[in-house]
Amino acid sequence: MKSLVIFKQFFHDVRRQKLRTLLTTFGIIWGTAATIILVAFGNGLYIHQEKQFLGLGERLVIVWGGKTALPYKGLPKGRWVRFTDDDIDMLKREIPEITMASPEYAGMGMLTYGKKTVSQNVIGVKPEWGAVRNMIPEAGGRFLDEIDLDYRKRVIFLGTDIRTDLFGEGIDPVGKYVTLRGTPFLVVGVLKQKDQNSSYRGRDTRKVYIPYTTFKTMWGHTHPENMIYQVADPARSKRVEAEVFKVLGRKYSFDPKDEQALWIWDTNDSLGEWRPFFEGFRIFLGIIGVFTLIVGGIGTANIMYVVVKERTREIGVKMAMGATRAHIMFQIIVESLLITAIGGFFGFFIAKFFEKAFPLLKLGEYVGDPVISPNTVFVAIAIIGSIGLIAGFFPARRAARLNPVEALKA
Amino acid sequence: MNNNGHLISMKNVTKVYKTGKIHVDALRGVDLDIGRGEFVAIIGPSGSGKSTLMNIMGCLDMPTTGEYHLDGRPVANMGIHQLSSIRNKKIGFIFQNFNLLAYATTFENVELPLIFAGKPGAYRKQRVMECLENVGLANWAEHKPTELSGGQMQRAAVARALANEPDIILADEPTGNLDSKSGGEIIDLFEQLNELGRSVVTITHDMNIAHRCHRIIRIMDGLIESEKHNGNGRDKNLTQD
Repeated sequence: MKSLVIFKQFFHDVRRQKLRTLLTTFGIIWGTAATIILVAFGNGLYIHQEKQFLGLGERLVIVWGGKTALPYKGLPKGRWVRFTDDDIDMLKREIPEITMASPEYAGMGMLTYGKKTVSQNVIGVKPEWGAVRNMIPEAGGRFLDEIDLDYRKRVIFLGTDIRTDLFGEGIDPVGKYVTLRGTPFLVVGVLKQKDQNSSYRGRDTRKVYIPYTTFKTMWGHTHPENMIYQVADPARSKRVEAEVFKVLGRKYSFDPKDEQALWIWDTNDSLGEWRPFFEGFRIFLGIIGVFTLIVGGIGTANIMYVVVKERTREIGVKMAMGATRAHIMFQIIVESLLITAIGGFFGFFIAKFFEKAFPLLKLGEYVGDPVISPNTVFVAIAIIGSIGLIAGFFPARRAARLNPVEALKA
Repeated sequence: MNNNGHLISMKNVTKVYKTGKIHVDALRGVDLDIGRGEFVAIIGPSGSGKSTLMNIMGCLDMPTTGEYHLDGRPVANMGIHQLSSIRNKKIGFIFQNFNLLAYATTFENVELPLIFAGKPGAYRKQRVMECLENVGLANWAEHKPTELSGGQMQRAAVARALANEPDIILADEPTGNLDSKSGGEIIDLFEQLNELGRSVVTITHDMNIAHRCHRIIRIMDGLIESEKHNGNGRDKNLTQD
């Protein structure tokens, strides 16, 4: 009906039945807000987790030498596998899918600045290690580089918490000297605060990093504690792992099928395992929201049935005036869509408000802050539209099927 | 085609209402022809079948048996859509209690049949104002029905009935809720419309009104009991000829 009459009637009814319209619309408002907020939480949680996984490193695999459990080529089982620095180059050379690799040395050391001394985990690594492990420096600093490595420079990169412990707040340590095991080290950078939900040998913010070449001269270690490498494609990580067993197995004479010979932590695995969980969780939250919305839709449909009943005579009059079934249905459906659209509109703003307000509670660190994605909004609009349509359709059909003579007597 | 040029032609029309096991014979075989330009009153006691007859005439209801031709076309074969279209274009209904939409203005009420007919906005505006002028309500276009008197409301209803220039006006006790002066004005309007060639059929209890029509049809127990022509003095008794 190309006329404002429909809207007039709608607003007439709204005025006459304030409470009823309010309650009906509230159902939709609540349903919309609940759907969007729940899904936004699912999103936020996922993003939060992903960020934390990436805190440890991206496409990262960590390898420790193990103890052989199978005899191999006349050699007994129970032999330790201990890496050397050459293994890094060998792995990169023989397995093209390994994009970066670094040995990792570790030891304890006393670290002093001024009158403050802390005892810390000291990690000796290659510059690539920082890239793989997402060691992003704060502005003004840098991670270790090739020159540091080649010249065994006494430079040090501080974990965020160590900086705070040694320097306190407000002092930029970059360019200052700290003493490590009695030797002065130049601070080249400080780790930017990062989230991390998994670790080995402690959080990255509580460690300090020096070139592995420097580490070896100071500590006298000849074998790295472990190695890390990055794979080109996380989906092919398992195949790369098998290659690593093969290559190192050849060098250290162990059976490539000997799972005890190397301990491998493939972080691609962990994220991959979590992903379906979060996807499922998000869908689960979405379904709960949608059911809330459907309940709101049922409320709307009920009200539309009441509206049809109240307007029975009017529908009869319109039929007598020559209104077709389509005319009668159109009005009821448009009204139902109006209710859901208005409810959806307010519901969306409540959800949006929630999205903005939630971070103020500072709970994001634990559960992540809700994120309303465009997809969520798009799907919500589609669902609200369908619910409005369905909630209007059945009452509208009842209206259109009224017998005009009976309707006029109502 | 068997209408003999009549606008309305009914042959042995019956209507049975079934409510559960109770059957009510509302019409028991009505033969009736109404020509173009006739002005007809239908009278009879309550429950005699007047309204049923009018509903069938207006294509709001279908006969149980019998033939009904409207403007030469058999109504029985029509689909729902076609019936809507006939009610919209060929018939103008007027009710005892006006049945105007309370929330809409006089203008919008009259506009309704034009909207259902799918007429463009500019035409609707012009046509609504024409109709309102015809019934003397041009100055009341933007008023709500509640702001009108009973007589004015019924005149608005007449304007609405005229919007699509129907062949026939069907009025069900149009003066029943009006004082005699307002009622008289409505009948004056009907006479004017009739003089311009439009057929008018009205149900009434008021013999003063009935006597202003060309023909009075008396219904009794679902049958036409008698027919009387005014003016030319022709009287005849017809029960199912």
